[in-house]
Amino acid sequence: MKRNLALALIAPAALLLGGARAPILVPEISQHKVEVRQGFTGADLLLFGAILDPGGTRAAQDYDIVVVLKGPVQSIVLREKRKVAGIWINAASSELRSAPSFFAIASSRPVREIVDDKTAAIYELGLDRLQLSPIGAIDPARQRHFADGLVDLMQRQGLYREDGHGVTISGQVLYQARITLPSQVRTGTYTAETFAIRQGRVITSAVTRVDVSKQGFERFVADQAEGNGLLYGLFAVVVSVAMGWIAGRLFALV
Amino acid sequence: MDVYLPIANLAVNGLVIVGLGALTGLLSGMFGVGGGFLTTPLLIFYGVPPTVAAASAASQVTGASVSGAFAHARRGGIDYHMGAVLVAGGVLGTGIGALLFRLLQSLGQIDTVINILYVLLLGGIGGLMAHESLSALRAQRRGLAQPARRRRHHPLVASLPLRWRFYRSGLYISPLAPLLLGMATGILTMLMGIGGGFILVPAMLYILGMSTNVVVGTSLFQILFVTMATTMMHALTTHAVDIVLAGLLLVGSVSGAQVGAQFAQKAKPEQLRLILAVIVLGVALRMALGLGYRPDEIFTVVPL
Repeated sequence: MKRNLALALIAPAALLLGGARAPILVPEISQHKVEVRQGFTGADLLLFGAILDPGGTRAAQDYDIVVVLKGPVQSIVLREKRKVAGIWINAASSELRSAPSFFAIASSRPVREIVDDKTAAIYELGLDRLQLSPIGAIDPARQRHFADGLVDLMQRQGLYREDGHGVTISGQVLYQARITLPSQVRTGTYTAETFAIRQGRVITSAVTRVDVSKQGFERFVADQAEGNGLLYGLFAVVVSVAMGWIAGRLFALV
Repeated sequence: MDVYLPIANLAVNGLVIVGLGALTGLLSGMFGVGGGFLTTPLLIFYGVPPTVAAASAASQVTGASVSGAFAHARRGGIDYHMGAVLVAGGVLGTGIGALLFRLLQSLGQIDTVINILYVLLLGGIGGLMAHESLSALRAQRRGLAQPARRRRHHPLVASLPLRWRFYRSGLYISPLAPLLLGMATGILTMLMGIGGGFILVPAMLYILGMSTNVVVGTSLFQILFVTMATTMMHALTTHAVDIVLAGLLLVGSVSGAQVGAQFAQKAKPEQLRLILAVIVLGVALRMALGLGYRPDEIFTVVPL
C-alpha cells in the first residue's frame, strides 16, 4: 500500500520528465479495411510498427509493447442461469453499457509482469480490466462475478483473447503481433491501440483504426433485411415456395 | 465449402447445412411433420444465434412442405376445406405467439419456456405414438387382425356449436375445433420455430378423428401457410431471416421431402410412426437432460 502511494506520487513527476523525451512509436496495421464478403471466414491482422528513441536515430531500449484490438462496444443484458427446482433457468442478470463485441490483447510479456494493477486498470490492459459500465448500483463482488462470466463466454466464442507472448520485438526496434478476427465478428470501427511501456509506466501510445464492413451481396442482404422487411420477407417466402415447387416438378418427372 | 451467412454474421460449412436440410426434409415428406423441431436445435448447436435459427428454419419448413404438399395433392390427400380453417387459426396464432415471444423475452425466460415446451410436447406425443405403434406391431406379429380403430372425434369437439361438413376428412363437426387447433400450432410455430406438424398430425387423428389418408397432406398444407406467415412476421419484427441460410437449408430439404414422400408410400404406417416416435422421444430426452444438468455455459448475452 505504501509503495503504491509512493508510486502514485512519483508517477506524475516522472511522466513530466519522460514526456519531453517520449520515444517515437510508429504503428501500422496490415489492412485498414476488412471486407466481409461471401466466403469470409475471418481475417488475420498483422499489427506491427517501430519504436525509436526521441532523436529517431537509433533503437529504443527495454520497452514492452502491448497491442489492444477492440471492437465496437454494445449495451447488453448478461443473464446467469441458476438451478431452481431441479432445472437451470435464468435467475440473475446485469445490464452492461459498454461491453466490447471484440477484444484481443497481445503483449511482449504477460501484462502482470509489465504494469501494476492500477495502470492496467486505467488503460484497460487485460481481460479482467475491461470497463463494462454496469447499470445501477451493484456491489463489487457481484460485478466481478458477472464480468468474469462475460469474459469466459466471449473467450469460448473466440471473441475475447489475451496472449501474454503475442508481441515479438526484433532488434528492439520492430514489433509485430498477429490477431485473428473470427468470422462472427460484428461490423463497425475497430480500434487498434499500441502502448509502449517502460518500467511499469506507459511512455507513449498510438491508435489506428480498422473498418470492418459488409460489402457487395452481404451488404445488400443485411441492408434489405433491416430496412425493407416487407419486401425481404416476401422474397424469402417466394424463394422457399418456388424452390419447393420446382423440386416437386422435377421429382414428378423422375 | 465455406459460406458466410450475412444475417447470422457467421461462416459455416455449406454442405453441413444442406445435409441438415435434407435430413429434416426427409422427415417432412415421410411423416408430414415440418422437421423444424430438429432444424432449430441443431442450428443453435452449430452456433447460429437462436432467433436467426428459428426465423430461417420457418422458411425452410415452407419449402419442404410445398414439395411435400404437392406430392400429397397429386394423390388427392389434402382436405382444402379443413386446411383453410386450420390456416386461419394458424395465422391468428402466429400473431399471439409474437406477442408472447416478446413478453417472455423481456422477462428473460424465453429459452426455459421453449425448452420446457419441447420436453412436455415431444415427450408426451412421442410416448403416445410409441405406445400406439408398438401395440399395433405386436398385434400384427401375433397374427391377429389389427383391431380397426374406431374413427371418432373427441366428445369435446362434438359439444362445440355450429357444424360444417368436411367431405374429404369424412367429418361433420364444428369449424371452431380445427380453428382452435390451428391457433395452438400457430403459437407454437412462432415460439419454438417448429412447423407444428408433430402436434397437428396426432391431434387431427385423435381429437378431430379425420380420415387417415388426408391427415398428412392437410397438415402439410396448414404448415405451408403458417410458416409463410411466420417468415413474414420475423422479417417484419425481428429482421432475423437469413436468406442464405434458408436457401442452403431449402436445397437439402426440398429434395429430401420428395424422397421422404416416396418412402412413406412404401413403408408400413405403424413402422413409420414408431421411427418418428423414437426420434421425437430422443429430442425430448436431450432437452430434458439439458434442463437438468449444469449447462456448459451458464451466462448468456442479449443485446439491450
